[in-house]
Amino acid sequence: MEYFFLLLFTGLAAVLVGAGLLTSYLVAPHRPNPLKNSPYECGEPTIGQSWVQFNVGYYLFGLLFLVFDVEAAFLYPWAVVFRQVGLTGLIEMGLFLLVLIVGLVYAWRKGALEWV
Amino acid sequence: MQNAMSMILVAATGPWAAKTVAERASESLDTSLWAVAAYMVLALLAVVVLVTLLGLVLIYAERKIAGRFQCRVGPMRVGPHGLLQTVADTFKLLLKEDIIPTRADQAMHLLAPFLCMGATVLIIAVLPYSPTMQILDLNIGVLFVTAVSGFGVMGILLGGWSSNNKWSLIGAMRSGAQIISYEISATLALLVVVLFAGTMSLRGIVESQEAGWWIWRAHGVGLISFIVYLIASTAEINRTPFDIPEGESELTAGFHAEYSGLRFSFFFLSEFINMFIVSALAATLFLGGWMPFHIGGWTTFNNVMGLIPPSLWFAGKNLFVIFVIMWFRWTFPRLRVDQLMRLEWKILLPIGFANLMAASLVVLSNFYFFPGK
Repeated sequence: MEYFFLLLFTGLAAVLVGAGLLTSYLVAPHRPNPLKNSPYECGEPTIGQSWVQFNVGYYLFGLLFLVFDVEAAFLYPWAVVFRQVGLTGLIEMGLFLLVLIVGLVYAWRKGALEWV
Repeated sequence: MQNAMSMILVAATGPWAAKTVAERASESLDTSLWAVAAYMVLALLAVVVLVTLLGLVLIYAERKIAGRFQCRVGPMRVGPHGLLQTVADTFKLLLKEDIIPTRADQAMHLLAPFLCMGATVLIIAVLPYSPTMQILDLNIGVLFVTAVSGFGVMGILLGGWSSNNKWSLIGAMRSGAQIISYEISATLALLVVVLFAGTMSLRGIVESQEAGWWIWRAHGVGLISFIVYLIASTAEINRTPFDIPEGESELTAGFHAEYSGLRFSFFFLSEFINMFIVSALAATLFLGGWMPFHIGGWTTFNNVMGLIPPSLWFAGKNLFVIFVIMWFRWTFPRLRVDQLMRLEWKILLPIGFANLMAASLVVLSNFYFFPGK
């Protein structure tokens, strides 16, 4: 039931944000010109597109994030039922985390956590 | 006389008749659909009023507090003590032209502020403001808040990329890397409280703190995770000292450099509302939410504390955390990107893991103050 209201509320939230944009569209002036619509890079004429291939640099951090975030998704249900599963649960999750931490240490030693 | 006094105390502290707007609405689902519709409209109106008020108050507070920290007076001209400055700014932004650069990806450029603002509005709906002031209570509350705030990152990345501006792109990439990195630490810190409370529902977490707030009930474990959460979430909302995504001196405005008018103000507003959300979450999980300051077993003390209405408790805790986050801005210099990554991956993450394990030991041995309550 709560989720039905959530869905309803999502729709209403979208309408709300849309209404704001509509108001602004109705009252704000609209006089475009080529110079105004060019990208603002501190007044310098832009050279080329920004949609080029470049070294993201966060790629390794992105991969690590994926691992740890999925692990966090496993931890949530574990945390909720922890009182029921007790020591067994602690040992099992401890082993699971140990594997991940070994991975983190490996990445650390390999220098993946260094910013270059 | 004494009887009347104790009756007042019971009324003030009594068993919390917590009920969300959605629950009230579903009760009247069988009798009248109009009542359900009225509840939903009221809830939406409440959110509109809250978002507007928060925007006005927080921006004014930020400017005034910044002024005081720097021995200035802050805005003074519009209205008494500059109180109407933000209202004036809002109208100015509403009347400004909405520019979409020719070379931008038009559809994505339009969608980005929508995502940012929509995510914040959705989170506001699940926060518990007082026993009766909560629109929805999801049984996965904490997970929901973390997941939906992820949509905000999508908005930022999309806005920066679609602008086809080099500064915006770099700002968005930095922001993305920063937010995903610090999200892990924030999640680990929140998990500690989920572990203590045994539930993810935000109302359930507040109710689990009737004998005392989690920040002090667990011999320091709660305090450590509160501090880790505060640092990580300050980074998640891109506030100084973690504001390299917007570093004005190098990237003009970062991911929203190509936005103007109301769509710029959506980004701006969602940043301030995010600060409120982060503080509200910290207040709810670690500082007891609307629960008054209780010490398990001290009935008289608890009754006296209960005389202050729950909503005031929530507002007070929330504003305190907001003030601390604003305070950070004028105390710590901006971090370099390598320092930023080192702080998260080499300091906060190991602390977070160790703290989670310590928390599970605390729960297992029932070693916190007032166990079983």
